[in-house]
Amino acid sequence: MRHVASRLLQAAVTTFGVITLVFFVMRLSGDPTLLLVPEGATAEQIAALRHELGFDRPLPAQYLSYLGDLARGDLGGSLVQRVPVSLILGSRLPYTLALAGGALLVALAAGIPAGIAMAVWRGRAIERVLAIVVVAGQSLPSFWSGILLILLFGVTLRWLPTSGADGAASLVMPSLALGAVAMSTFARMTRIAVLDELARDYVPAAQARGLSFGAVVVRHVLRNAAIPVVTIAALEVGNLLAGAVIVETVFAWPGIGQLAMQSIQSRDFLVVQAVVLFVSLAYIGLNLLTDLAYTAIDPRIRGRA
Amino acid sequence: MRRLPPSVIVLLAVLALVMAGAALAPWIAPHDPLRQSLLMRLRPPGSADVRRGLFVLGTDDLGRDLLSRILFGARASFAVAVLSVAVSLSVGVSLGLLAGWFRGWTATVIMRLVDTVLSVPAILLAVLTVAVIGPGFLDLVLVLGLTRWPRYTRVAFAATLQVAAMPYIQASQMAGAGTGRILRRHILPNIAGPLTVVATGEFGLMILFEAGLSFLGLGIQPPSPSWGSILSAGRQYVERAWWLTVFPGLGLFAVVVCVNLLGDALRDWLDPRSAGR
Repeated sequence: MRHVASRLLQAAVTTFGVITLVFFVMRLSGDPTLLLVPEGATAEQIAALRHELGFDRPLPAQYLSYLGDLARGDLGGSLVQRVPVSLILGSRLPYTLALAGGALLVALAAGIPAGIAMAVWRGRAIERVLAIVVVAGQSLPSFWSGILLILLFGVTLRWLPTSGADGAASLVMPSLALGAVAMSTFARMTRIAVLDELARDYVPAAQARGLSFGAVVVRHVLRNAAIPVVTIAALEVGNLLAGAVIVETVFAWPGIGQLAMQSIQSRDFLVVQAVVLFVSLAYIGLNLLTDLAYTAIDPRIRGRA
Repeated sequence: MRRLPPSVIVLLAVLALVMAGAALAPWIAPHDPLRQSLLMRLRPPGSADVRRGLFVLGTDDLGRDLLSRILFGARASFAVAVLSVAVSLSVGVSLGLLAGWFRGWTATVIMRLVDTVLSVPAILLAVLTVAVIGPGFLDLVLVLGLTRWPRYTRVAFAATLQVAAMPYIQASQMAGAGTGRILRRHILPNIAGPLTVVATGEFGLMILFEAGLSFLGLGIQPPSPSWGSILSAGRQYVERAWWLTVFPGLGLFAVVVCVNLLGDALRDWLDPRSAGR
């Protein structure tokens, strides 16, 4: 229980830190009103908006009311679309979740078998080939691989739509582009986890009892190696949400990443702020959940704090 | 000290070659990277013009030479990456040294700050900050540098805790050495190894971040060439000009692969127990 309590407290402190960080970044330019007004606004309009949004009050007062609004789940109103930011965010979120889910599927389905193969066939040619694939995936910028996929499957072969969200077929290329880096992470982590388990005494012991190597791997090694991999999976979801900003721009996929970029162009900064806050808080939440789940699965961790 | 393994030397040589190409861009680029010619828009690799000569890798949507733009783009990329790694390294290592040396409250505050910054995905923090303060070379360096310091702090913190417990540190304290001197002369050199590995990985990431931000229109501003902004044009003309995507992307990919392999090789060399992991 002490572990759970200390993790909750730590997550609360980090959440507070992130909220504060975003508040100050928004004020880096000096006067946030100037970020929010449309081009060509008069001095009176700017002053009126500054007053309406409370930016003429002292900084500590602004900070407190910002905290209060967030505590009530109020992200403010979009100054461009004149609707609550939370509604705009909510309408775009399903697309980003679908994209992150697709990318996670790609990453797990390719990364985990690759990691297992690299560990089991250590030192063989297959490991060297897969190692190259893993480094390539890790170094692949999604905005490049995305356009290459469009060139191949969209323009040359004409199998898949090149942009937009038009059914499941539109999800294939963005998921591949976004999932490549996560695939490499899973392959690396799975490989290390399986290698660690293969080095344990129970492996030769089970083989001495007459179990084949393959059976030991499937029955014992993989089950034990799963815990660290599950941890990475939850953290990777956070990275996928952040990576969506670029991939959604490449494929004109209408999720929160594209929303953030469109909002920067239309100077709708409260929307941009909301996207950053949402992804960061999701990241902290996933981190916390993983940690708690980890504690529940593996009792050895409970003793440590 | 053991000798550097051949893989590290080869990778360093390749990177040095690319960096030399970038640094010498003004002298080796076949064309002016900013010079447009409307008659030569989106010409494929190998196209030639009577007055301006050969365009080895073709031209972009404004008729500018792609090879020259890639060379000058590499310059911008490396400049941003080197400077922002320098910023994040100095900030991160200083904080890590302080946390590891003073421990207690100093360490708690610094490490919570590390957790906080690590919870905001760097690309989003960079996007938000650049959007607020506006794009520009120096702003880009500062934004990337100030969002990516926590990894150094973690490594420097852990390493400092370990080194500070060594008897020779106590000995130099008793000999009257001040804190600043001990940190600089005795602790920093002993934690430089793991920090070099982190810095190598971060260098690759910085190149990707710069290209990513420029791709989104938040990095190096047009008409200055950058790999990210060339790729952005490549996306726009994907149906007509594959060369705008393939060549700058290959350059970016090759550099990042080299940097990542170099990081792995350095780690194996410095810590043989982790070899092949």
